Amino acid sequence: MKISGDRIFNVVSAVVAATAAVILAITAYTLATGSAPILQKEGLSFFTGIMWNPNPAHEVFGALPYLEGTLVTSAIALIIGVPLSLGIAIFLSEMSPATVRVPISYLVELLAAVPSVIYGLWGLFVFRFYVKDYLEIPLNKYLGWIPAFKGTPYGLDVLTAGLILAIMIIPTVSSISREVLRAVPNPIREGAYSIGATRWEVVSKWVVSYGRSGIFGAAILGLGRAVGETMAVTMVIGNSVGPDAIPTSLLKPSQTMASLIASNVRDASDPLSFSAYIGVGLMLLILGLSINVIAQVMVTRLLKVKGGAVE
Amino acid sequence: MSNYAVRRFKDRLFFFLGIACIVLAVLPLGSILLEVIVKGLPTLSLNFLTTVPGPGGANVGGIGPAIQGSLILIGLTSLIGIPLGVLSGIYLAEYGDAPYARVMRSLNDVLTEFPSIVVGLTVFLVVVLKVSGSVGLGFSPLSGAIALSFILIPIVARTAEEAIKLVPNALREASMALGVRKWRTTLSIVLSVAKAGLVTGILLAVARVAGETAPLILTVLGNTHFFEGFNEPLAALPLQIYQDALSADPGIQARAWGAALILILVVLSLNIVVRLATRGRMGNSGRK
Repeated sequence: MKISGDRIFNVVSAVVAATAAVILAITAYTLATGSAPILQKEGLSFFTGIMWNPNPAHEVFGALPYLEGTLVTSAIALIIGVPLSLGIAIFLSEMSPATVRVPISYLVELLAAVPSVIYGLWGLFVFRFYVKDYLEIPLNKYLGWIPAFKGTPYGLDVLTAGLILAIMIIPTVSSISREVLRAVPNPIREGAYSIGATRWEVVSKWVVSYGRSGIFGAAILGLGRAVGETMAVTMVIGNSVGPDAIPTSLLKPSQTMASLIASNVRDASDPLSFSAYIGVGLMLLILGLSINVIAQVMVTRLLKVKGGAVE
Repeated sequence: MSNYAVRRFKDRLFFFLGIACIVLAVLPLGSILLEVIVKGLPTLSLNFLTTVPGPGGANVGGIGPAIQGSLILIGLTSLIGIPLGVLSGIYLAEYGDAPYARVMRSLNDVLTEFPSIVVGLTVFLVVVLKVSGSVGLGFSPLSGAIALSFILIPIVARTAEEAIKLVPNALREASMALGVRKWRTTLSIVLSVAKAGLVTGILLAVARVAGETAPLILTVLGNTHFFEGFNEPLAALPLQIYQDALSADPGIQARAWGAALILILVVLSLNIVVRLATRGRMGNSGRK
């Protein structure tokens, strides 16, 4: 019996299409086995501890400060980045003249093309001083009694890292939000205009509320970006370790999970401390993957509803 | 009537807020480009682009090995990643309705958003380390290319799928009506029609990969010499920028800006060329 070329091609391409799945499986397996030594030694206190000492005589590894650093910087990124992105998306989809729509959306998308390490370089030598002089010094001077603004304005800290992340998630969040707004059926707009609503009312009361789960999904996807972002954050966050890395104030050096690995893993000298970095990588992987799965479910569900709703 | 005035005012205000959002987002892009040009341009010379980096002080040297290393990495990554990515894309587009294909598509999407430092860690453990259970390539060009292809493959697969889905079904039917097998139809008809979209996706993915730093820290390590063989550490532009930026020596910091100018020129020109080319083509087919 002759095996047909079609069959062979189908099987071969099906096998190759599993490349992504294989990479994911290898990653999950390697990180899980690689972090086994540290999880055996520290147990739960790997997730709840705050001390980090790779000195073989007093080895102790607690990853909580870096989880907190990741969450706080990403939260700043969302608080600043999502409203800006939503403003851009609404402007481009609902009110901009057609002639400027393409060039503006292209400029915003170029932000995503700039390599992360160049954001870091710019943050380290340029942006940091703007943040220090125009945000941190005034905040510290007038609102310094609030714990979040205590500390010495220096520019290499939680606030600068969060703001750079905010800039970096804008292209993602704004372009997906724009897709979502575009998927809102036109009869909704027409109906709202016909009862005399202004453009702002149409957008704020009808369009955005129709697309809100998709916009929420876009924001979560931005969160996923921010959580996994490495180089730019590593270069501006100040890279403190142990209890010093707990982000108690915006004006304080800290550390994210990604930046801890990037800045310190090369110095890991013994197997246990290396296993600790792998453990942090595993935490980052789990956090990043769950965020992404949630976001993709939300965005695709809404963009699918669109098909039926138009009818 | 005053109620209407308030509502109209809100509408106007909102319009200007939208413009303000765009200005706020584009300002950093402008500042980055300006600073990279202003700080990077003075360092540029033929010497800077072709010599090895010096130790600092009076002898800053150049970024020759970094440029060469990045070219080698991009070449190797393309060799590994483009065939796998395109073939994945073909499968997802041509046989994409099966439950198996749906699962593979979502896993591919998940991999696209992977934290890049995690890719570096994994490749270090699986490919670089010289222990049992690892491939044991050491810090080497190939290790770096494998890490980068983990990032390239899902992007290429995704864009290839989109490009192939745009090929009209009538072409497939016409080819099969002539008695051409499905696999020949896919490889010689569908791919050649989708060529422009495929090339666009590949170039954008390469531009993205060219700037990746985190996966390289643990896989090629960096080097101050030109390519020394497939078992030795390799220099790369993004790594050079990262390492030089952390130096206290003003000359070495300037070298980081020079390297950044080269990297951003490559990445942005790839993006802009692709965008202009596809817009021109879409305009033509629209007129037809």
